[in-house]
Amino acid sequence: MLRALTIVAVAGVAGAWFLTRPASLPDDTFAGMTGDPEAGALVFAAAGCASCHLAPEVTETAETVVLAGGRRFASDFGTFIAPNISSDPEAGIGAWSDLDIANAVIHGVSPEGAHYYPAFPYTTYANAAPQDVLDLIAYLRTLPADATPSQPHEVGFPFNIRRSLGGWKLLFADAGWTVDGDLSPEAERGRYLAEALGHCAECHTPRNALGGLDRSRWLAGAPNPSGEGNIPNITPAELTWSETEIAEYLNSGFTPEFDTAGGEMVDVIGNTSQLPASDRTAIAAYLKAVPPIE
Amino acid sequence: MKLNKTIALGVAGILSATVVFADSHVDRAIQGAINARQSHMQLYAFNLGILGGMAQEQIPYDADMAAMAAGNLATLSTVSQAAYWPPGSDSAAVEGSRALPVIWEDFAGIAAEGQKFGEAVAALNEVAGTDLDSMKAAFGPVGGSCGSCHRAYRQPE
Repeated sequence: MLRALTIVAVAGVAGAWFLTRPASLPDDTFAGMTGDPEAGALVFAAAGCASCHLAPEVTETAETVVLAGGRRFASDFGTFIAPNISSDPEAGIGAWSDLDIANAVIHGVSPEGAHYYPAFPYTTYANAAPQDVLDLIAYLRTLPADATPSQPHEVGFPFNIRRSLGGWKLLFADAGWTVDGDLSPEAERGRYLAEALGHCAECHTPRNALGGLDRSRWLAGAPNPSGEGNIPNITPAELTWSETEIAEYLNSGFTPEFDTAGGEMVDVIGNTSQLPASDRTAIAAYLKAVPPIE
Repeated sequence: MKLNKTIALGVAGILSATVVFADSHVDRAIQGAINARQSHMQLYAFNLGILGGMAQEQIPYDADMAAMAAGNLATLSTVSQAAYWPPGSDSAAVEGSRALPVIWEDFAGIAAEGQKFGEAVAALNEVAGTDLDSMKAAFGPVGGSCGSCHRAYRQPE
């Protein structure tokens, strides 16, 4: 009996170990494809990479984009510190292969096979097209190197056990599209920008006790993760602006009442204003297609 | 003994009444400052709306209207806000304020933002009545300055 129990226990641990193992992309993911850095610059803007990975004192409009990391993101689970993802071969990701970077972006897995914390929105980027990821990587390689070492996250027990993130990923990663059904091609493009690259939901959707997104309240607003105030509901139940007004806001930061964006949205608009106008209109069309939630 | 107790209670009652009175008095002063600065922001928004409507080509460009609105912004930017920001009127202390406490820890930072805004508005005022393209070019930095200050100093909602 004891022996049987031991076998079950060992099998359980082995099973859990197996299930929580870091996933990775097949070696031929990018076979026959080439990355285009110019297209990648737009993916970089749409995915909002600079909003987290720029050095703390650097503003989004800086002409040289130096991804030295160091910005701090407080959360209920501890404080995450954005790492250096510049092209420096030691401090940054200059020595990583394309597949290494893609595994990080899409699966949240380091080249050494460790899970990343989901403060890095890889659950969103998992929906990104491989060509866009390759273009993004090509663009990242053109950016300057910076030798500032990444700092360790300030995360306490039990959240500092990275393997447990494998379980978190089983629960919350690879969810696919949240808004489905019949979408116009424009709204579908908007969904790609909002759900695969732009990760709007990371702030605008509330989270459960384990930090997973509550997809039943998609974009319906949430407490500000940094603790001050609330991030607004942007479903059609609350966001009643016209599509033109939404697109204009994503371009200039002006609301229809000529108030302006504040907080983190200033960085977001720094990104969306770099996109083609058709992409801003697409995001507006998508936001109109999101189910209204009071 | 009983009398002492009664007196003590009475004194305590007067004291707490004073405190309540003082509280509501302070509240009124703080509310007044919050109303004033939010009204000031409304005046910015109204005048920005005239220029922004033209810049976004929702209404036709009108040189006189543009010059008037830009002139108002320039005037508003020079109004002293010295009494607008009493301590205790931040978002953590009062309902209805989105002014983050960091404002009171970093007056130099917000003064620099104010300076930047003043310069952007003065530049806009120079050209707003010239033609649409010049106005548009000078309008962008004004919006950028609003956002730059709201980024660090205003609570999301």
